[in-house]
Amino acid sequence: MGNLLTIENMSIRHTGRLLVSGVSLSVTAGERVGLIGESGSGKSLTALAAIGLLPEGMTAEGSVLLADRQVIGAADRDVVGLRGTAVATIFQEPLTALDPLMRIGDQIAEVLRRRARRDGRSVSRADVATEVSALMARVALPDPVRLARAYPHEMSGGQRQRAAIAMALACRPSLLIADEPTTALDVTTQAEVLRLLETLVREENMGLLFISHDLPVVGTAVDRVLVLRAGELVEEGPVAEVFGRPRHPYTVGLVEAARAFDQAIGAAL
Amino acid sequence: MSLVDLTAVSFAYGRGRTVLDGIDLRIEAGRNLGIVGESGSGKTTMLRLLLGLARPSSGQVSFRGAPLDPGDRSFMRGFRRAVQAVFQDPYSSLDPRQKIADIIAEPLRSLKIATDVEAAVTEALASVDLPLDAASRYPHEFSGGQRQRIAIARAIVSQPELVLADEVVSALDLTTRIRIVELLKALSAKTTLVLVSHDIGFVALLCQDLVILEKGRIVEQGAARDILSAPQHPYTQRLLESTPRLPEFA
Repeated sequence: MGNLLTIENMSIRHTGRLLVSGVSLSVTAGERVGLIGESGSGKSLTALAAIGLLPEGMTAEGSVLLADRQVIGAADRDVVGLRGTAVATIFQEPLTALDPLMRIGDQIAEVLRRRARRDGRSVSRADVATEVSALMARVALPDPVRLARAYPHEMSGGQRQRAAIAMALACRPSLLIADEPTTALDVTTQAEVLRLLETLVREENMGLLFISHDLPVVGTAVDRVLVLRAGELVEEGPVAEVFGRPRHPYTVGLVEAARAFDQAIGAAL
Repeated sequence: MSLVDLTAVSFAYGRGRTVLDGIDLRIEAGRNLGIVGESGSGKTTMLRLLLGLARPSSGQVSFRGAPLDPGDRSFMRGFRRAVQAVFQDPYSSLDPRQKIADIIAEPLRSLKIATDVEAAVTEALASVDLPLDAASRYPHEFSGGQRQRIAIARAIVSQPELVLADEVVSALDLTTRIRIVELLKALSAKTTLVLVSHDIGFVALLCQDLVILEKGRIVEQGAARDILSAPQHPYTQRLLESTPRLPEFA
């Protein structure tokens, strides 16, 4: 089976300024890949370019193959069909991904109906309701029947992110892109959501592109990691290698800083 | 010597939900204190009480043994001079229309501290490792980490005994974060720090004492070393277990 996502020598420009330069990466089924970078490194732009959603005025060059279809230069209507099937994305702030005026169950149901239309199937109300409940249970949302009637503002941050994950799963994507999915969450909630993602990716055999500034979080979420700095990849390899024996001075600095925080609490374990 | 004490402090908004409940806390000169809690724990309310920006619904906040009295202006001026704060977001905590020198000198003006303002600003800039020419520039010319240094310079310009820092590194990149930690470590030779944060690793790097807050109550407090090596309360244990760490490699 081929790659779910293959980015080759991709650059992103904004009014002539080079924001991302010559990035290459790939994700296969069942593979968990991390993209690490600090603010301004271009990690989120890389994710947006991968799904053909770069902001106005930004242009990408090089090659982005999503399910073997070229995204760069493609017409939007050709890429729309890939979002959902080939790839689903969850972002840092689930509130921005959710419609504030719509009950959470209805939002998940909309994705399910859209998928059915796309597949040319007709589904009954009852079928959709059953599948909404099943998805909400899948992401460990408590009391799915009651919570399906809740609006986003009535849910906690962790519950909202679980709901966003449920919507992503509703598309049955082969690749999940998660851009700082736990950054807005409390540490105890973060640990739960990370465990959930790990389980889902493994059981659905999805590919995962996990984007974060947080080294320990990435270290627990993925097997292979790439380090992005000011738009350029400086290092990549298995987590154990990159975090255990970093080669690039920038990675060395990041790992040392992360270790300093770890060591301060290290006595606890 | 105790600088600020909270004695049997509770806080509720109107007749609504109790945000803090039965808080006893002593901040001693020379011992940095970390207040750790997640969202909804009441840590921000605690900070507001410690700064005298909110009054407890019951119980008492005292400064050097005397109850805080917002009506006593000269007492409050002494309190403000001794207790300063740095906030989370370095992009909103600095007035974009003011030059850095004026931002840093603000506590000297508002507290009517008679001193050589220029010399004090120069010294504060040096303490936070910013170049002297920063004084004549504006906040938008600086990065997040530099802005946080400016906010710290403003907090120490009145030579306070206590600096309260609310999630001061949360908005910063890791490499910037570690440099701010080093700066705070150097500052704590002169000033006692109270760090309010959700990040137990950050707090553990700088504090001798810890307070763990959950849903408005202190569930555990004591020496950081003891709490980190043998957390007693189930919530503290869960917090420590949930904190992600880099995997160890042989």
